[in-house]
Amino acid sequence: MFESLSSKFASAFSSLRSKGRIKESDLDDIFGEIRSALLDSDVSLEVTNNFISTIDDKARAVLGELNKSTNPSQAIFDIVHQELIEILGGSARRIRLAKKPPTVILLTGLQGAGKTSLAGKLAKYLKDQGNTPLLVASDLQRPNAVTQLQVVGESVKVPVFAPEAGNGVGDPVAVAKAGVKFAEDKFHNIVIVDTAGRLGVDAELMQQAAKIRDAISPDEILFVVDAMIGQDAVRTAQAFQEGVGFDAVVLTKLDGDARGGAALSISQVTGRPIMFAATGEKVTDFDLFYPERMASRILGMGDIATLAETAKNAFDSETASKLESKFASGEDFTLDDFLSQLEAMKKMGSMSKLLGMLPGANSGAMKKQLEQFDDSELIRTQAIVQSMTPAERGEPKLLNGSRRARIAKGSGRAVSEVNALMDRFAAAQKMMRQMRSGKGMPNIPGMPSLPGMSGMPNAAAPAKIAPPKKKSKSGNPAKRAAEEAL
Amino acid sequence: MALFSKLFSKIRGGQTSSADWQEIESSLIESDLGAANTGEIITLARKLKSDEVEQAVTETLASWLSTASRSIAKNTDRPTTILVVGVNGTGKTTSSAKLASALKRDGASVLLAAADTFRAAAIEQLQTWGERLGVSVISGKANGDPASVAFDAATKAKADGLNFLIVDTAGRLHTKSGLMDELGKVRRVIEKITPVDEVLLVVDATTGQNGITQAKVFAESVALTGLILSKMDGSARGGIALAIERETGLPVKFVGTGESAGDFQPFDAQKYLSGLIA
Ligand SMILES: Nc1nc2c(ncn2[C@@H]2O[C@H](COP(=O)(O)OP(=O)(O)OP(=O)(O)O)[C@@H](O)[C@H]2O)c(=O)[nH]1
Ligand SMILES: [Mg+2]
Repeated sequence: MFESLSSKFASAFSSLRSKGRIKESDLDDIFGEIRSALLDSDVSLEVTNNFISTIDDKARAVLGELNKSTNPSQAIFDIVHQELIEILGGSARRIRLAKKPPTVILLTGLQGAGKTSLAGKLAKYLKDQGNTPLLVASDLQRPNAVTQLQVVGESVKVPVFAPEAGNGVGDPVAVAKAGVKFAEDKFHNIVIVDTAGRLGVDAELMQQAAKIRDAISPDEILFVVDAMIGQDAVRTAQAFQEGVGFDAVVLTKLDGDARGGAALSISQVTGRPIMFAATGEKVTDFDLFYPERMASRILGMGDIATLAETAKNAFDSETASKLESKFASGEDFTLDDFLSQLEAMKKMGSMSKLLGMLPGANSGAMKKQLEQFDDSELIRTQAIVQSMTPAERGEPKLLNGSRRARIAKGSGRAVSEVNALMDRFAAAQKMMRQMRSGKGMPNIPGMPSLPGMSGMPNAAAPAKIAPPKKKSKSGNPAKRAAEEAL
Repeated sequence: MALFSKLFSKIRGGQTSSADWQEIESSLIESDLGAANTGEIITLARKLKSDEVEQAVTETLASWLSTASRSIAKNTDRPTTILVVGVNGTGKTTSSAKLASALKRDGASVLLAAADTFRAAAIEQLQTWGERLGVSVISGKANGDPASVAFDAATKAKADGLNFLIVDTAGRLHTKSGLMDELGKVRRVIEKITPVDEVLLVVDATTGQNGITQAKVFAESVALTGLILSKMDGSARGGIALAIERETGLPVKFVGTGESAGDFQPFDAQKYLSGLIA
């Protein structure tokens, strides 16, 4: 019964597309569907109603004009898309570093939102950019929250200021203040203060949060919120806005299947942008938040921009240019190329997360397969290819039965797995040839296949409603494939 | 039952205006009951005469409650084993401790197992609770095998003839099939020693419509027997619990209302339903 927002949008728009002329009553239908889709995705009732009335006004105002255009449903789609981006906070925003260091960042939010894990991820992210962050353990409430921050700090190699053991003992205001002082003395240019989770309705604890704020005058107060939160998102966000105030929002647990309707509601109601998104339990599962991309994802257009960027970062420039020139010269895609792509893929992180960024990835059938996707397949595939000799990699035709048996033994896999891989490789090679001849590319080259996933973007309805193809063509095959998938 | 008297006193007797209906609708949607469920209630109630509206709404909501038992199993011949599961941060560890505390208060002997070996300091968190409550905690190494901790705990609970074993597990998103399989393994390993009697899913009251998928997926992999609805002391009304009960038939067994051991009560249907419409 529970379908994702994207698939609802997709079905709503595909019925609209089948109509040549759009009547006022068609708009009633589609906006009704969008309304219940938004509510099912936990967008707050008030925000949903406002959203619907805005897009309704906009669409009706131009309906006459639209019907003269060649593709009126596309134009309506664009109105919806644009408005979603608007609500999600327009353009992306970054941490503002204070003119005079240290930059003080205060984390607040409900119990269980994920503040402590986020503190670690944020610290790592900032450290990787050349900063020298300090973590401050001001959650003295939840049992062993301090220990948790210490463990997290150790794993990202960021020092943790924790003078109190916590567990209900100690003054969080004093710790926060001393932490900032410590950072000044030790020349840390950023301080991240973790605080206890608290309820918006808990006046006493909200006051304590305000006291922490007044003691350390943070440059950025971040409100951390679980992407799975429902209609309470607005009440809670408002309570925090009144109680402590915040500059930006961080959405956590976006790696689940919650559609993150809270994101829409919170930015809309508080006027604060979403800055970061946490997408997993590893310290690297942390991304900047791009309203544009999120809106596209919600609409089932996939998150190609993020995918392409991840791919770009993972392929070292040498591998990329080698593949590029190979591609341009018309040379065949070999098992060696396949191997270097697999290595790059591994660097890109969880495959299911990456595949989830593709258009149509949120449609029912596809989603199920993505969730089942086993990242260890990548490692198994790699082991098989690595057990081949260079000659075999260059000339897969050499792989007769006895060679395949040897490879299976060497990689600890079954012969049937070797055979399946070779079949998939042959298909990937064929696809590369097709792509070169300009027929379009249904999959990322070298990607271990997902059961039943060939021709993925085409298999799902949302791809049909995607906007016109971008003109730019990347030389990087993965990136290009990603672009073409649009 | 006159659960929603404040709102319905306006309606009772007089003409129900469309603004009144909108108010009922808003209230239910804002409780996280879900748009479709709410739509059903409104359609049903609108067909009735205005003086029956309150009763109709109340009875329909009540008819969606699970009919399964809301008390937990209690064995006399072997330890009653309870597995506590859920997505990250819902309140599993705290609820495990609260439940241990409630059972101990009733005079039962209880053992806690720290089978969340994954999250930083999760073991220490449960140990701290154990010290506070005077309940022993079986634990293993951080990042060790959760199933083997559960196995050790089950072995001890059985050998010592304890009344209850409560196993706290790591938070996991239901979309991660590998982690869901791990949970199944924890269950199977315990069952080599003693049957698992209860598997309780902790659902945070602030959870939105995603809670239904959570409950369904957890039910599939570990055969849930009920829910614990945590954080009902906040502003969220926890309508998702009724949506889950309707959809899965799983009963809410306990409600968490704060961060202390005592903030934990058996589910009270009347109180819960009357809280849905604010
Ligand atoms: N206000 C309130 N807070 C609660 C309640 N239950 C748990 N909490 C708080 O919620 C936070 C998370 O609780 P935990 O018990 O650590 O949650 P968990 O599910 O074990 O978390 P992970 O193991 O990290 O997935 C803590 O700060 C708890 O104190 C409740 O009923 N009311
Ligand atoms: Mg826990």
